[in-house]
Amino acid sequence: MFEKALKGNNNYWIWLGFLATFMAIGALCYIRQYMYGLGLTGMSRDVSWGLYISNFTFLVGVAAGGVMLVLPYYVHNYKVFGRITILGEFLAISAIIMCLLFIVADLGQPTRMLNVVFHPTPNSMLFYDMIVLNGYLFLNILCGWVILTAERKQIHPPKWIYFFVYLSIPFAISIHTVTAMLYCGLPGRHFWLSAIIAPRFLASAFAAGPALIVLVSLILKRVAHFDAGREATDKMVTIILYAALINAFFVMLEFFVGYYSQIPGHMHTLQYLFFGLEHHGHVYNNLVPFMWGFVVLTLTGYTLMAIPQTRRNDFWLAIGSASMFIGLWLDKGIGFVLAGFLPTPLEEIVEYYPTLNEIMITIAVWCTGFFILTVLYKIAVGVEHEVEA
Amino acid sequence: MYDSGKIIPGLIIFVLLITFPIWYNHGDAGEVPKTEMPKYNRLCVLPLEEIRPNHMKMLNQWRDEVLRDEDRSFIAVEGKMYQKSLQNTCMECHVSKKKFCDECHTYAAVTPYCWDCHLAPVE
Amino acid sequence: MDKQRREFLKIAGISTLAGLGAPAVVDRLVSGTTPLTAAASAEKGSSGHGAMETPAGHGQEAVPTGKQYGMVIDVRKFIAQRGLAEECIRACNQVHNIPQFPDRKDEIKWIWLTGYENAFPDNSHHHLNEEMERNQVLVLCNHCANPPCVRACPTKATFKDKHGVVAMDYHRCIGCRFCMAACPYGSRSFNWLDPRDPKGGLDVKNINRLFPTRMRGVVEKCNFCVERLGRGEQPACVAAASRSQGMFFGDLNDPNSEIRQVLKQNYTVQRKPSLGTKPSVFYII
Repeated sequence: MFEKALKGNNNYWIWLGFLATFMAIGALCYIRQYMYGLGLTGMSRDVSWGLYISNFTFLVGVAAGGVMLVLPYYVHNYKVFGRITILGEFLAISAIIMCLLFIVADLGQPTRMLNVVFHPTPNSMLFYDMIVLNGYLFLNILCGWVILTAERKQIHPPKWIYFFVYLSIPFAISIHTVTAMLYCGLPGRHFWLSAIIAPRFLASAFAAGPALIVLVSLILKRVAHFDAGREATDKMVTIILYAALINAFFVMLEFFVGYYSQIPGHMHTLQYLFFGLEHHGHVYNNLVPFMWGFVVLTLTGYTLMAIPQTRRNDFWLAIGSASMFIGLWLDKGIGFVLAGFLPTPLEEIVEYYPTLNEIMITIAVWCTGFFILTVLYKIAVGVEHEVEA
Repeated sequence: MYDSGKIIPGLIIFVLLITFPIWYNHGDAGEVPKTEMPKYNRLCVLPLEEIRPNHMKMLNQWRDEVLRDEDRSFIAVEGKMYQKSLQNTCMECHVSKKKFCDECHTYAAVTPYCWDCHLAPVE
Repeated sequence: MDKQRREFLKIAGISTLAGLGAPAVVDRLVSGTTPLTAAASAEKGSSGHGAMETPAGHGQEAVPTGKQYGMVIDVRKFIAQRGLAEECIRACNQVHNIPQFPDRKDEIKWIWLTGYENAFPDNSHHHLNEEMERNQVLVLCNHCANPPCVRACPTKATFKDKHGVVAMDYHRCIGCRFCMAACPYGSRSFNWLDPRDPKGGLDVKNINRLFPTRMRGVVEKCNFCVERLGRGEQPACVAAASRSQGMFFGDLNDPNSEIRQVLKQNYTVQRKPSLGTKPSVFYII
């Protein structure tokens, strides 16, 4: 089926060339980092995870979000999602690949990566993260490919594949749960030490993943004559709205617990994120614009998707889903991880400034993901067109 | 065969490429480094025929025993006691990293990362 | 080799089961890594319901067995003698070849000075006595009896050795920095740069030649001077403070050790004891 990805119009090739350019720049930046060390990044002893891990965390959610298409279609036999379920599975593949790339970019000794397998350590959450992420990647490649092949041949997919399809559902939940457990089980990091992190992660994932699919399907409608269908889009929007609402509810609960209990550890990080935190006469507020960006963008997205007039308009729907996606990225892909380190265990505030090299690597990983996504969607849409023809 | 005009030259190029090191060196393995014993101490913790092929395994074992199992017991060789240490035992006799490590490692094209942390004797 | 493979298969098998949703298995594996809690839970299990009813069943732990090295820092002595703390830090830096990078971002610290309120945020308040407000205390790895960093490490590169020291195996560390996020004391440093980096790193010609440096891309921290303990010596900082009796070192689980006598005779505090990490470093304030 790969041949479908090798034939495309000019725009297709220009887009891939554009992505490949950034991938190449990022690869050079990574070589620099590999030769010189992570000292090339802005991370420090105090904020020891930066853009790589924060984007990793967000993208695990995007990958898990694909299940919001798989679950209604396969479990509830919701036929309307039939055409787009494959989009969810292929999105999961590219998102997981981005996750793995971010992890590798973040390792101090990437050549020793396999030590996680050679010295398996079941008490480490990273061990489980490795298992579920790779498992979910494998399941999505398997299910996506087998089902697409069957569709192309216009036959029913083999019965055994449904076992793996159903298995992929708990895996989707578990990838994001385990990723949340990386954070929420650490003593002394009060902002992360909250039992609501895993459900909050899932809620924002189930909004962010489908929001990206809505956006991409609107683009596919214009550039590839692939229409997801009004009913399917509407249903996805409903899922996004509920998930975003639950996410907002969870965020407000965090605020309540922090500010009503007045326990400094539970309050300080939220204060730092949304209003700026005063410390020894200096107000630290680097992340405040990002967090209000999160509030404004998700509210905008919510409004545009909730009002029928704007939802039915492709342009406004695209704007709405894009702002929802970016808003949720600001929350989980920037704020959540970076602010969790502050105040430091020694009650200091040290702000993190990513370096250009680090930003270019981050952009390159995103571009790699979108490159893979483009190729996979090209194949999926090509097969759809072939079947229809 | 379809496309044999493309496949066969492609295969030939592939084989040539992966055998590049062999034909570039004319099938010659290069000059084997001449080994030399340390000058003032001829006793090693293991006999020559064991230490030469197996020193890396022994060093890994020492490392795990000392670092992970807190087993810092000494090695006795003909009545003399030796600490299990690359930096503080081996290199006491093998006084030159260039001579006793690099020469063979370069020939065998291996780059162990010992010296990223451990200190080689001053030469 | 073979034994390793078998062990790998065993652990991989068990953990797959656990991954498929048997939290009980996870729980057992997790507690299995910390002998202290394992012993405690085993005892609770054997006494069944009774354990819940007796007052000892709540909050009381089994008497820990095995060695647990620990330290007492007498802050009063350090206040009385100016420059003593710096001497301890210098001793540590020197024996362990710790680079002194000028940029805070690249910093590596094993033992250092910080404000009382930074070291003991839970005990700080507005009405601190002047002495404490002005002076700083030494902080280092607490070598917790229940260390979160060891729980977090995905490769067992950091582990609890048989003397209770939280040790690092720099050969195995992959540099994921999960342990740094897990440590509630900020005791861990990462080698962002090569410690021998020409710009501000170590001068290889002028360092302790009996001890290695570290390499770029691994996490490091205080090792309680295991290499000196192995030779029967005291940790470098303790030795440096010995003239003024500023620090005591010994086995916390040995009722006859000097450190236990010191703990018996003095009121001491630990850093963030509420987190359940059971720090092995005590402070006389």
